Amino acid sequence: MASRGFSHATIERNAFLLIILAILTISIGGLVQIVPLFTIETTVEHVKGVRPYSPLEQAGRDIYVREGCYLCHSQMIRSLRDEVERYGHYSLAAESMYDHPFQWGSKRTGPDLARVGGKYSNDWHYGHLIHPQSLVPESIMPSYRFLAETPLKYDNIAEKLKTLRIVGVPYTDEEVAQAKADLEAQATPGADTDALMKRYPKANLVPGNGHEVTELDALVAYLQVLGTMVDFTDPSAENPQQ
Amino acid sequence: MANVTTGSAPVTYNEEVVRKFIIAAIFWAVVAFAVGCYLAAELTWPELNLGYSFTNFGRLRPVHTSGAIFAFGGSMLFGTSMYVVQRTCQVRLWGGSALANFIFWAFQFFIVMAALSYVLGFTEGREYAEPEWHLDLWLTMIWVLYAIVYIGTIIMRKEPHIYVANWFYLAFILTVAVLHLGNNMAVPVSFFGAKSYSLFSGTQDAMVQWWYGHNAVGFFLTAGFLGMMYYFIPKAANRPVYSYRLSIFHFWSLIFLYIWAGPHHLHYTALPDWTQILGMTFSVMLWMPSWGGMINGLMTLSGAWDKLRTDPGLRFSVTAVGFYGMSTFEGPVMAIRDVNALSHYTNWTIGHVHSGALGWVAFISFGAIYYLIPVLWKRDAMYSVKLISWHYWTATLGIVFYITSMWVAGIMEGLMWRAYDAQGFLQYSFVESVVAVHPFLMIRLFGGLFFLLGALIMVYNAYKTIRGPRSAASMLPNAALAAGE
Repeated sequence: MASRGFSHATIERNAFLLIILAILTISIGGLVQIVPLFTIETTVEHVKGVRPYSPLEQAGRDIYVREGCYLCHSQMIRSLRDEVERYGHYSLAAESMYDHPFQWGSKRTGPDLARVGGKYSNDWHYGHLIHPQSLVPESIMPSYRFLAETPLKYDNIAEKLKTLRIVGVPYTDEEVAQAKADLEAQATPGADTDALMKRYPKANLVPGNGHEVTELDALVAYLQVLGTMVDFTDPSAENPQQ
Repeated sequence: MANVTTGSAPVTYNEEVVRKFIIAAIFWAVVAFAVGCYLAAELTWPELNLGYSFTNFGRLRPVHTSGAIFAFGGSMLFGTSMYVVQRTCQVRLWGGSALANFIFWAFQFFIVMAALSYVLGFTEGREYAEPEWHLDLWLTMIWVLYAIVYIGTIIMRKEPHIYVANWFYLAFILTVAVLHLGNNMAVPVSFFGAKSYSLFSGTQDAMVQWWYGHNAVGFFLTAGFLGMMYYFIPKAANRPVYSYRLSIFHFWSLIFLYIWAGPHHLHYTALPDWTQILGMTFSVMLWMPSWGGMINGLMTLSGAWDKLRTDPGLRFSVTAVGFYGMSTFEGPVMAIRDVNALSHYTNWTIGHVHSGALGWVAFISFGAIYYLIPVLWKRDAMYSVKLISWHYWTATLGIVFYITSMWVAGIMEGLMWRAYDAQGFLQYSFVESVVAVHPFLMIRLFGGLFFLLGALIMVYNAYKTIRGPRSAASMLPNAALAAGE
């Protein structure tokens, strides 16, 4: 064996060599695939209209994550003809650039939700989330009535926005300072929403129940903004002049 | 038995911790299978969600996946790796009994806390890595201690060579550490709260998650369990591993190629094409080392095939290698972009996962459990060979129901979603596909119940064996000494 120069026995007899070679071997693939995604600029191409979530939408997104919605619903329309016809324009990388964590999903027990925003009315969503079978009799989705009965906890919404700013979502100081007011404005009928709409264009005003913001309000606000930020009728939306 | 002596001094192995992990594995197997059956029933009859937050599918599903992968699979890996490393290195587990015991209880605590946190709604929302940041830190500590104990034992070994099973266990331990740290990078909202936000977002986050997710399969559920294959099949068949060269080829090519396969979970998405193509290419290449390993496992039975008739425990192990071969062929096929266009997002994926999880992971574990219980508790044999056979056939039948119904359901969904009518419109609404797969989801539940029934037979058999009489040989004074009593 020794006369051949190299023998695998050398590695088998040396624990440190085995450990180091194994770590090198398993590192290459991950490095090649992951690191360039942070350095190649075309990975996430600039698109007009994509903005950070409003405080209420972000609170709704946290509930979406908490309830494990992603286990049955994808948020990623693939670039395949039937998907584009069923759900709308295929998903762009920029559309989930403020998603911490991403919620593309891996299973469609229910339909894709990447562009569910604006597809149904607020009333439809409230009715459907409380009792899915009342609107889609064949649905196997569970009832989320408890969200309608649970007041949203949003004392720490400014802290959440600040944390998101640490991981790269460009919330301004003003947006952080106004987080609580913006959240309430989006879920209170008749509230002054000018500042909210200026900061978060296309935010969907949810009716609420008049005396408190519920978790369901937040979730509906989130669902209603999904896939609506980019205006695909505007030819300059994709690849705007930077 | 290998537990006699080396040189002059008798080696006293730490079998206490292995016994604990085996009991835990059996317990968690039943829990994970039972929760899986309940989830399958929820998908068939949604009323079973009961309207409570903590009984909803979305919160229970991680209990099933973590229960099967980490609680059952993890306990098996901890237990068997600690058993194998002592036997093949001819030394007692490094670090002392207290440390091994601490690793056991700390890991069980992690599992219970993770399950509780899921049903209470604490999750990072990352598949197979759901625990929030404080539990991630706890697991990191356990993992570091485990690696120290395992590597410490290898370094102290009395055998000049590190046995092949240990290469695989070692690669599993090291890689899972890297994956766990890489995928759980997050910033907590507050020190005292559970909520955190992932460091990465969107496309990059998706790539990191599936780099983790696919290699949880590749290293937790494959490399670790291959360590089991390379020890328990030669032991039970009383034959050496078929080919040493093939072992070397299997090991290095498997760990090199697996890590690239993640992007096949993201075909036709917003992940750049170059990454998708790399993921597909390496997934297809991965077929070769996988089958090399399968051949190495199966051919180890050369000259001992007759044992399959008399040893149903070995039958589990060998069937497991067969399922390993089948799912590592199905996987590369599904990783091809055009196939994936049909299969992705459908129940076909669920079927594929279960042919690996039930057929490979659970079966190789059952084989190891039936081998280990008489050894660890000093019994002549399992209480009933016939019951092992019953377990084998109920479980096999369960898998057949499960994967065939999921193939039909998945391919049907894929075809319905892309079907066009004569006018060029999409032919089916989404909910029509939900209705169409309903009968197959019921068959799947039926298969799952069979598999659960098999596990309950194993529980009974294990209980009767452990409560039964010790073997006559272990009663002899010198045998007791040699066995580490």
